[in-house]
Amino acid sequence: MDLSEEFGGNRGLVGRIQVLLHRYPYLSPLAVLAVAMVVFTILNNRFILPSNLSLMTQQTVIVGTLAIAQTLIILTAGIDLSIGAIMVVGQMMMANFAVDASASNVQFALNWPWWAAVLAGVAMAVAAGAVNGALITKLGLPPFIVTLGTLGIFTALSLILFKARTIQGPELPDGMKVMGEAVSIGSFRLMLGVGVMLAMYALFAYILRSTAWGTHVYAVGDDPDAAELSGINVNRVLFRVYVVAGLIIGVAGWITIGRVGSASPNVAPNINLESITAVVIGGTSLFGGRGTMIGTLLGALIVVVFDFGLSLAGLDQGPRLLTIGVLVIAAVALDQWIRKVDA
Amino acid sequence: MTQPILSGRNLVKSFGRVVGLNGADLDLYPGEVLAVIGDNGAGKSTLIKCFSGAHTPDSGSMQVDGREVSFTGTQDARVAGIETVFQTLAVSPALDIATNLFLGREIRKPGLMGKVFRSLDKKRMREEAGQHLQNLGIGTVQDITQPVETLSGGQRQAVAVARAAAFGSKVIILDEPTAALGVRESSRVLQLIDDLRTRGLPVILISHNMPQVFEIADRIHVQRLGKRAAVVTPQTHTMNEAVAIMTGALTVDPADQALEPAGTRAGS
Repeated sequence: MDLSEEFGGNRGLVGRIQVLLHRYPYLSPLAVLAVAMVVFTILNNRFILPSNLSLMTQQTVIVGTLAIAQTLIILTAGIDLSIGAIMVVGQMMMANFAVDASASNVQFALNWPWWAAVLAGVAMAVAAGAVNGALITKLGLPPFIVTLGTLGIFTALSLILFKARTIQGPELPDGMKVMGEAVSIGSFRLMLGVGVMLAMYALFAYILRSTAWGTHVYAVGDDPDAAELSGINVNRVLFRVYVVAGLIIGVAGWITIGRVGSASPNVAPNINLESITAVVIGGTSLFGGRGTMIGTLLGALIVVVFDFGLSLAGLDQGPRLLTIGVLVIAAVALDQWIRKVDA
Repeated sequence: MTQPILSGRNLVKSFGRVVGLNGADLDLYPGEVLAVIGDNGAGKSTLIKCFSGAHTPDSGSMQVDGREVSFTGTQDARVAGIETVFQTLAVSPALDIATNLFLGREIRKPGLMGKVFRSLDKKRMREEAGQHLQNLGIGTVQDITQPVETLSGGQRQAVAVARAAAFGSKVIILDEPTAALGVRESSRVLQLIDDLRTRGLPVILISHNMPQVFEIADRIHVQRLGKRAAVVTPQTHTMNEAVAIMTGALTVDPADQALEPAGTRAGS
């Protein structure tokens, strides 16, 4: 019964690595990213050009921002398959509310100031998150099923309300596209949306690490019964996670309009699975209770870096998809192994 | 006459058609270790879960220090000063020892960082957690930031007991605390219970282990068919007699029972 036997003291090298990864789960994606960048630079030295690096950050911004929301949800042992559908309905609302009737394809044409339209779109995403949260906590349905259903419902909402028609960039007010503006640092172009994404990563990393709510998110995902008996209101934490996720998804919608330069319902058809891929490669456990924001950011970067690096190396889409698939399975296998550390 | 610190009268709790408690009573007096024994399904866990707030009884009354209470969650019981170590321990495996000790009652930093940014005072929680473990004689913790899942069964038990002892101002309830433990770890838990009694904290101990119960308990509450069958003491009854009461083979006249601790009985 004494706690003095220092853990890991009598383990071999492999055991020590296991303990290290258990404590710092983002070390493995960090290593993968570092090695990949070195290898891709050796394969093609144009990879490391600042212009290419800034392009990679811009390619990360949509999935990277959505993955913040996905991380919060997966930490509670949930999953959100409706993330892309929520983002689309939010950004279509932003665009439709901000333009006047002279614009083509518009359904609403409220001609609101751009910021009011953005707020409306974000509010729509928050409401969608609240619907997910309410179905999960009030009806006690599994998140997978709820968000599979709302994936259809929110997609239908976009079709019904906005007829799924793209609103072209030139018709949108500049403020709505501001997230796509970039400042030059030498030949590196830092997009405003990338800056906002990084700030949100910092904010949510802080919330998870240093606030009671963050601790409760981990506790709820780790063992909901233990959390409840410890006096945590599990359903309230879960509901708030889905609402906060909606807020993040709403902001992601705004960033996406800036990044793409228009508001299109088909902007990112595979974004649900891509956000889950980033979270998983980033070392967050699908079983909940363990993972970090920095890991997810690394995971999102890894996907883009591999895609970019492999295509610079002359490979077409087949081998690129294959590589990402292998990475996902390797990441989950690694997570399973790390979790066995308690034996 | 001494007033019980915790008491329940005529508690009823059913789960669908299954009756867990069928008019159960319980009295816990200051400074004593009360063991609760009974066959499987006799309602031991249901009974103590009413007092720890995990269950709400269908009917009956509960008092803490003579005042009527009703709990709708474990948080209510905690506020009333009752801490429970559940059979499942209710610790979060991926979180570290200090975080587990303060789970659900985290301490924030003083000043701006705590009030506005809601930042946790991790340093203070770690220091206090180390202190609490030391108070229980588990002083050789090297790393209070170790995840609980990296601890042995006994060590996890120690964390759960330390959490209860640290915050329980009135009563500590332990549900089968030694069921999963080896001999050496079990005796350490019994030592902890004895320490709690010495510090003046009354303890309710649920256990299947008769030798342990007879070693540590001041009084033994025997639960049978959802009711209190009898309260005896290790001095007045043998283990065999206690088992006989559990199974219904023996009934004890209330006059021969230890419904109150010996000291109070003599004075009444």
